[in-house]
Amino acid sequence: MSILVIAEHDNSSLKQATLSVVAAAKAIGGDIDVLVAGENCGAVAEAASKAEGVSKVLVADNAVYGHFLGENLGDLVAELGKGYSHILTSAGTTGKDFMPRVAALLDVAQVSDIIRVESEDTFVRPIYAGNAIATVKAGDSIKVITVRPTGFDPVAADGGSASVEQLDVVKDAGLSTFVSEQKAKSDRPDLASAGIVISGGRGMQNGENFKMLEQVADLLGAGMGASRAAVDAGFVPNDMQVGQTGKIVAPQLYVAVGISGAIQHLAGMSDSKVIVAINKDEEAPIFQVADYGLVADLFEAVPQLEEELKKVL
Amino acid sequence: MKVLVAVKRVIDYNVKVRVKPDNTGVDLANVKMAMNPFCEIAVEEAVRLKEKGVANEIVVVSIGPKACQEQIRTALALGADRGIHVETDEDVQSLEAAKLLKAVVEKEEPQLVILGKQSIDSDNNQTGQMLAALTGMAQGTFASEVVVDGEKVNVTREVDGGLMTVSLKLPAVVTTDLRLNEPRYASLPNIMKAKKKPLDVMSPADLGVEITPRLTTLKVEAPAARQAGVKVADVAELVDKLKNEAKVI
Ligand SMILES: Cc1cc2nc3c(=O)[nH]c(=O)nc-3n(C[C@H](O)[C@H](O)[C@H](O)COP(=O)(O)OP(=O)(O)OC[C@H]3O[C@@H](n4cnc5c(N)ncnc54)[C@H](O)[C@@H]3O)c2cc1C
Ligand SMILES: Cc1cc2nc3c(=O)[nH]c(=O)nc-3n(C[C@H](O)[C@H](O)[C@H](O)COP(=O)(O)OP(=O)(O)OC[C@H]3O[C@@H](n4cnc5c(N)ncnc54)[C@H](O)[C@@H]3O)c2cc1C
Repeated sequence: MSILVIAEHDNSSLKQATLSVVAAAKAIGGDIDVLVAGENCGAVAEAASKAEGVSKVLVADNAVYGHFLGENLGDLVAELGKGYSHILTSAGTTGKDFMPRVAALLDVAQVSDIIRVESEDTFVRPIYAGNAIATVKAGDSIKVITVRPTGFDPVAADGGSASVEQLDVVKDAGLSTFVSEQKAKSDRPDLASAGIVISGGRGMQNGENFKMLEQVADLLGAGMGASRAAVDAGFVPNDMQVGQTGKIVAPQLYVAVGISGAIQHLAGMSDSKVIVAINKDEEAPIFQVADYGLVADLFEAVPQLEEELKKVL
Repeated sequence: MKVLVAVKRVIDYNVKVRVKPDNTGVDLANVKMAMNPFCEIAVEEAVRLKEKGVANEIVVVSIGPKACQEQIRTALALGADRGIHVETDEDVQSLEAAKLLKAVVEKEEPQLVILGKQSIDSDNNQTGQMLAALTGMAQGTFASEVVVDGEKVNVTREVDGGLMTVSLKLPAVVTTDLRLNEPRYASLPNIMKAKKKPLDVMSPADLGVEITPRLTTLKVEAPAARQAGVKVADVAELVDKLKNEAKVI
């Protein structure tokens, strides 16, 4: 068996999610090649070559891949992927965008968002917002798979010494062009890989009040998240949404503040190791999944939390 | 221009999903079904394009058993002009759904196809991208804004790091994210009018597509339940537990 992993990156650094995808590839077994497609992405290729368990890194460095347009990546990966038994990438917005194109071009099914590998053709994935866990067998000769990074412990980022091969394959579908982007700038850890995440919901009342949470987050070195209601209301940007249709997180500690615990929100965080809920409604469903629940007004509790943390940290 | 919208019949998002005791799937007997929320957003976007004079016809298509016609009628009540029901009782997976939609696209020749980004049952997030690949169209996935501009459409996408805007050649495929719009409710007179709007029924065979599921679901289980923990009396106790019991800070 031979597995092609498509690296998730931003042209300068390799996303930790890719190390989890390599772990999933190891669970399947076989030779693992990593494709780094991007523009001026040499540093990413180098990082990928050091990851544990990687045999070869393929680099497609060209402006046509610079913004990870699904049409171009889809054509590239469908062509390279023909020689492999499995094609894997992380289930981030880039992977979700190009991977189904790869599957369709190869005329095979895609298995989305796997959280476990049972065997080379059988995988486990959540459906219905995580309310059911399906074990699915893929019958096609090439298995196209997106991996939920929280399902797999990342392989070591160092120690490997894969060869690096430059490719000269330029696929420009000519269908779409990049116009602009608005990247949320933040010095906080990435939500998807942070060890601690603090999220606010509609109970925060406005964007200004999120500053309270930021102060606690800074003390803990935590990433910041939000419920859909908080994003919809414009308190915080969309990339902070945790849930079925937002980001899936599984940190060591998840603190939900002013979040009721709707099933769609739980779908994004219920695999966290320890869950804390702060909510003034003792009937809020979030308490059914919380390890530690505090029934309190968040406008009192959050400043107190900041003070108490300062004492012990 | 003509807009094609794909809508899927799924379990209502408010329903508490239960896994069948024999682990063959999820219990859908006597469960409330509805239009997939992302498909409602797709219909709404098409209707707004028509209200702006950008679109002149909205065709809505659904694939599945006879009951899907309820969701087609809902879309017609919201403002779509005509419906196509691809009737089948078989297990239609994303790739086959995309092939059926491709056949409909070839017949209808829409300039824009709008789908939901994911259906809340299988959570696949595949069909739109597969359709785009099979038809050689550009794709604007996870859209939070759609602006048609002559021969192009600009789509702002919700991506992991924030927002990204791409310009697509028409015809194109767009898949909707939550913040694209807020769908309206159908009014009673419009629900009545929708009953008279045209609805064509066809089979996968009529479209020349054979349904061959590639994925077999071996079993479906309930997730491991999380035990509810304890309530703490105050913030000091919370911090103490986090530090000394859970040891996560
Ligand atoms: C198709 C679909 C997809 C969705 N995807 C997602 C998703 O990915 N992520 C997501 O989060 N949601 C998602 N939702 C929305 C979800 O159903 C809920 O509407 C949302 O999670 C509610 O957010 P909330 O808990 O912040 O708000 P609410 O449910 O309004 O809860 C606010 C909570 O704050 C508490 N509160 C208020 N004031 C205070 C105070 N002063 N002190 C303490 N507590 C206070 C209240 O008691 C209440 O429990 C989705 C819905 C649909 C239909
Ligand atoms: C009778 C029946 C039984 C089924 N049984 C099973 C089963 O046991 N196990 C299983 O895994 N799957 C089953 N399916 C298939 C499954 O429900 C989905 O139809 C299939 O996986 C394709 O949709 P998706 O969830 O992948 O779409 P996604 O890619 O998640 O959906 C994206 C968008 O594609 C469009 N779309 C998707 N499907 C349709 C459709 N049918 N009609 C119109 N637009 C659509 C919508 O706009 C939707 O928002 C069954 C389907 C039917 C009709």
